[in-house]
Amino acid sequence: MAKIKLSEKKLQELKDICTSFNHEKGELINVLHKAQGLFGYLPAEVQEIIAKELNVSVAHVYGVVTFYSFFTMTPKGEHPISVCLGTACYVRGADKVLEEFKRILNIQVGETSADGKFSLSCLRCVGACGLAPVVMVGEKVYGRVSPDGVKDIVAEYRN
Amino acid sequence: MAKKQLRIALRNCGVIDPERIEEYIERDGYLALGKVLTELSPEAAIEIIKKSGLRGRGGGGFSTGLKWDITRRVKADQKYVVCNADEGDPGAFMDRSVLEGDPHSVIEAMAINGYCTGASKGLVYIRAEYPLAIERLKIAMKQASEWGFLGTNILGTGFNFEIEIRYGAGAFVCGEETALIHSMEGLRGEPTVKPPFPSESGYLEKPTNVNNVETYANVPVIINKGWEWFAGIGTEKSKGTKVFALAGKINKVGLIEVPMGTTLREVIFEIGGGLQDGATFKAVQTGGPSGGCLMEKHLDIPIDYDNLIAAGSMMGSGGMIVMDDANCMVSIAKFYLEFTVEESCGKCSPCRIGNKRLFELLEKITGGNGTPEDLDKLRNLSHVIKDTSLCGLGQTSPNPVLSTLENFYEEYREHVFDKKCRSSVCKSLMMYIIDAEKCIGCTLCARNCPVNAITGERKLAHYIDPEKCIKCGACMEKCKFGAIFIN
Repeated sequence: MAKIKLSEKKLQELKDICTSFNHEKGELINVLHKAQGLFGYLPAEVQEIIAKELNVSVAHVYGVVTFYSFFTMTPKGEHPISVCLGTACYVRGADKVLEEFKRILNIQVGETSADGKFSLSCLRCVGACGLAPVVMVGEKVYGRVSPDGVKDIVAEYRN
Repeated sequence: MAKKQLRIALRNCGVIDPERIEEYIERDGYLALGKVLTELSPEAAIEIIKKSGLRGRGGGGFSTGLKWDITRRVKADQKYVVCNADEGDPGAFMDRSVLEGDPHSVIEAMAINGYCTGASKGLVYIRAEYPLAIERLKIAMKQASEWGFLGTNILGTGFNFEIEIRYGAGAFVCGEETALIHSMEGLRGEPTVKPPFPSESGYLEKPTNVNNVETYANVPVIINKGWEWFAGIGTEKSKGTKVFALAGKINKVGLIEVPMGTTLREVIFEIGGGLQDGATFKAVQTGGPSGGCLMEKHLDIPIDYDNLIAAGSMMGSGGMIVMDDANCMVSIAKFYLEFTVEESCGKCSPCRIGNKRLFELLEKITGGNGTPEDLDKLRNLSHVIKDTSLCGLGQTSPNPVLSTLENFYEEYREHVFDKKCRSSVCKSLMMYIIDAEKCIGCTLCARNCPVNAITGERKLAHYIDPEKCIKCGACMEKCKFGAIFIN
């Protein structure tokens, strides 16, 4: 696995997270949630440290990270854009909204724009089906998004 | 949306302030827990739940009382009760609403569940994507502890019960009990063969009772009002009410709660206010990715677990998505299969490989390359996957395909034989054509075509080369004379 140098401070914070869960291997998912909150993603080096701290194999950690869609091994953009592709959003044209984001940002799903500002992902239902189609930028929810409205959303974060 | 509705699970949602335990108590909150702890034996309390006829609201529809009883009978030093709040069905959000609007009802029911089954520990497995629900639940747990409804020696009866929260991380299969339990143990959320059932060997190999949020929300009311009252609502085999999440092309989207036995027509046209913009009803999808698409002729069947299964769909967790003529049913089936392929955990081959092959067949058909044999293959493979998959995910994943094949076969036929998509959804089957009568030869379309597929002399009718056309629709958008149409 490729090495990314973690700063001493971050390294200590990560170890503190593991300690706060008593280094219990059953708490792996909770640890990963916290770690992703800290780093924004879960690079190989972070996984190696967690494996060591919880006394499990790196393969085990990697297996869990790749199993759940919430965990990611690639850094997200400054403004992560998630397009809901749940059924309610889909029947109201979320696929067209997604296409428009791809076109405007010139990236595919799972990618981050070259300037690091935007990343694009899909998610399955945020439970706001009444507002379908729904797009999330960071924590902010946009409801009833039409393909025409996409450029305005992107423009909000461009500068 | 009040008429024809009856709110049991959602009784407090939007009525009380979920962050104030006092308001919950004012509405008979924790009365049921007090009654169970001080007046009833675990057996007697379970008997009430059994007789009420309450069935699992997560989709399976197993008798809740029976499940509790099985867990109670197993002898062990430690048992667990689990609340499944990993609402993964796209299009369903009732669990989130209950946890956000009435978290105490779930806490109270879990404590009752703990007393009945002999468990002193409860775990809530909740989606990390629901931050507000998590926050409200945490506040409610803290208040319940302060008031003595959680912790040690509850209400002076010597009964101990505490609750912990575990976070899901986005895996649909974790709605399945055994997968959920593995996920709580910090493992990949893969299901295992039952038996042993979680009631015998679940979390950390201890007897574990798993119930869904909505199921729990019903429990305190049943204890308070009696099983006779609850059993008096609904149909012969499905008692009480069910919450549905209405979405799609319907006027009034949102959560509704109706007695079992209400018809789909009443739900969609009376409560839901019919379709948007006066569109024509085409189908309603119930049961999420495990359910099926029902059509006009099914609208008058009374909704209950067994009727929906007989009609080729299922109750599921209660998503109800209404579709109109603009939705292509083959594409809808493909959409669900894409979901299943992505969410299949990959442990058993019928689900991992079978669903992928089903998806490819549907891609072939929507891509205009389907053959008559493909339709047979779709059906046969669907049955194989249903019969041989390990868990509920695979056993139900072909339902969207089978139900659309059954109810909308004509559309499949058109895709395969006529190479047509009547809803103009499948791009490969669309053809942009210029009506020579209407075209005045202004050349606007030709100038806007990104691939130079349009040719023609100025002031003469133009022509689109179907080989070059990428079906972007730019020409149709630009034409001021409405001369371009889709065939």
